[in-house]
Amino acid sequence: MISLRNLEKTYAGRPALDQVSIAIARGAFVALVGASGAGKTTLLKAINRLVEVESGSIHVDGRDAAVLPLTELRRSIGYVFQGIGLFPHLTVAENIWMVPRLQGQAADRRKQRVAELLDLVSLPQDIAGRHPAQLSGGQAQRVGVARALAAAPSIMLMDEPFGALDPVTRSELGQAYRALHERIGLTTIMVTHDLAEALLLADRVVVLAGGRIVADLPPAELMAYRGNDAITAMIAVVMDQAARLEQLAARQ
Amino acid sequence: MMVFGVPLAELVRLMQAHLFLSGCAVLAAVIIGLPIAIWAAHHRQTGGILLGAISLAQTIPSLALLALFYPLLLLIGRATGWPIPALGFLPALLALAMYALLPIVRNGVAAIRGVDPALAEASDGLGMTPRQRLVFVELPLGAPVILAGIRTAAVWTIGTATLATTIGQPSLGDLIFSGLQTENWQRVLVGCIAAAGLALLVDALLALIEAGLAARSRPRWLAGLMLLLGVAVAAIAAPGSSGIGAKNPVVVIGAKNFSEQYILASLIEDRLRRAGYQIERRDNLGSAIAYRAVAAGDIDVYVDYAGTLWANVLGRRDNPARADVLATLTRELAQRDGVWLQGKLGFENAYVFAMKRQQADALGIRTLDDLAAKAPQLRLASDLEFLSRPEWQAVDKAYRLRFRQAKSYSPTFMYRAIQDGSADVISAFSSDGRIAARDLVTLVDTRHALPGYDAVLLLNRNAATDPNLVGALRPLIGKIDIGPMRQANWMVDRDEDKRTPAEAAKWLDSAVK
Repeated sequence: MISLRNLEKTYAGRPALDQVSIAIARGAFVALVGASGAGKTTLLKAINRLVEVESGSIHVDGRDAAVLPLTELRRSIGYVFQGIGLFPHLTVAENIWMVPRLQGQAADRRKQRVAELLDLVSLPQDIAGRHPAQLSGGQAQRVGVARALAAAPSIMLMDEPFGALDPVTRSELGQAYRALHERIGLTTIMVTHDLAEALLLADRVVVLAGGRIVADLPPAELMAYRGNDAITAMIAVVMDQAARLEQLAARQ
Repeated sequence: MMVFGVPLAELVRLMQAHLFLSGCAVLAAVIIGLPIAIWAAHHRQTGGILLGAISLAQTIPSLALLALFYPLLLLIGRATGWPIPALGFLPALLALAMYALLPIVRNGVAAIRGVDPALAEASDGLGMTPRQRLVFVELPLGAPVILAGIRTAAVWTIGTATLATTIGQPSLGDLIFSGLQTENWQRVLVGCIAAAGLALLVDALLALIEAGLAARSRPRWLAGLMLLLGVAVAAIAAPGSSGIGAKNPVVVIGAKNFSEQYILASLIEDRLRRAGYQIERRDNLGSAIAYRAVAAGDIDVYVDYAGTLWANVLGRRDNPARADVLATLTRELAQRDGVWLQGKLGFENAYVFAMKRQQADALGIRTLDDLAAKAPQLRLASDLEFLSRPEWQAVDKAYRLRFRQAKSYSPTFMYRAIQDGSADVISAFSSDGRIAARDLVTLVDTRHALPGYDAVLLLNRNAATDPNLVGALRPLIGKIDIGPMRQANWMVDRDEDKRTPAEAAKWLDSAVK
């Protein structure tokens, strides 16, 4: 359970978060969408304090994030981002084992745990000894997800995690992750600029604009929502694209 | 066994000393520089200021930096009362380490700041502490760049360490400086090639480690590291490292930077070795440094000249009789600095003005008065320090010498200058063998502006209270005449049938008996 109340953050006088409050239940899959500069990444990073808010409160599983030791907070939350950030000088196994290592877990558990995690993200076992430079983009991000899951967090923060991948891999990985979310019972918050991805993966879509939440609805309801012109336009683009693609396919 | 006229044992000893000094300096610079780099990389503003300060130290010419550490350490030693050696290893180490700091810090900062922002974000997102981020990410990824900085520092340091000779620390510079003074070009060349060879060797080994790190190949960088350790072990290994664990008492003999000083130091060395002492040499000391070094106890014995001590150490401008000068010096140096003037060696090495006989005859110049009249048409070549010495001021005051041009040379090149006609008058030394050999005439100091320059033996407090040592040197007092001294100097300075200072000292030793 994540509870954010009255978060405020400004960048050079411009509000990135303007009195944002939101509660996210255990097991939820929330997508944060909006134009660039709308505040979605800032909101995501406020949760593990990669961004420090100016005011407001953040509670994670009932504990105040502001008083929790920073490293403990971050190690208990999985974090995946577009840049992936696999350490190039370490093997896949060493990358995956990083958070348990930081926590001081015994190294003799490493082999088994890495094997489990590789299975979990559907990667072959022989990849464990490779270096990140030897991986494809999709494989690298699967390793990124495995690394984030290594210490068995219950919450995952994902900042455009599949944004840099080709469309096929992207869709594949999105669905695989959604399945994983169900299987382990994770709470996931994902930033994406792709509304279709948000609608198809999440069970709750939060739309931000100018640092405020302008809509917070399940996908189906959001598609029917007419309370905000910008949202209506966004939905229309996705629907229009889908309709034209269907027509195109029907002509064959 | 000889290597191009340099005894192999001497070459090995100097290479070891050179490597040991350079290695310690680079190691010190790494130990100090890396934490500075790490700090500066994470604190942009103050880091910038720090980097600026280190760059500024780099702009001080290396020779000056070495020379400045002598008075600085002397001052610190006096202020704190601690026995800080101001000459030799310590100041050389400090100056070289300071010099090596810049490439290490600059590359260290670049290495850490150059880490991919995505990896910095990942490190934070995974919950690393700043220390874990440094150890797990920044240092391993920056290692090749950090090592490149250490490589640059090592090559600079090995080159610059040749200058350590001037503050009394043995290095390959001993060969270069003494070779330059005695026109023994083989020595200069051997010194240069040996220093360059060491630099190339160390550079190659560090390059191997760097490439190994960049390719993340443990066997490669480990091999480089092992070989480098091998070189380090060779630097401290047995044959050259003198004095470690030795039973005999060690005497440190100083010498300024010209042939006569090398010869006399070798002569003293021979006599003291026969008396059972271990000897260390501090050659190529500056004139002012040599006296301060004996006063501070950094050297035990060396030869200086009455006139120099009179003007530079006592700061006297008057010019009394030679016996009075000697008596006053003996009294005042002992009282003031605890330096004992054991006695005069017999010969004098005075400043004289010399010209080619033919030209002096043609212009009718016999005395300094004659010279003053013709000076505006003539060019003076002096040694490096003469024009800033009180003797020159005294001569100038007495005779009003106004030369058309006055240039400074190292003594060797000063004689070349008068030989090839690019100078007409030189500031020579009366004991120099080249005066007679090159058919130069010395001009008479009719007004007695120049003081006497009896060569005298100076001992520091410890040496002076050792009856065995004093007894071993006593036979030299009053026994070295100008004739044999000139001959010994000429043996070293001449172009053909050149002898080393040690050989000339052997010859002089037999002449003394």
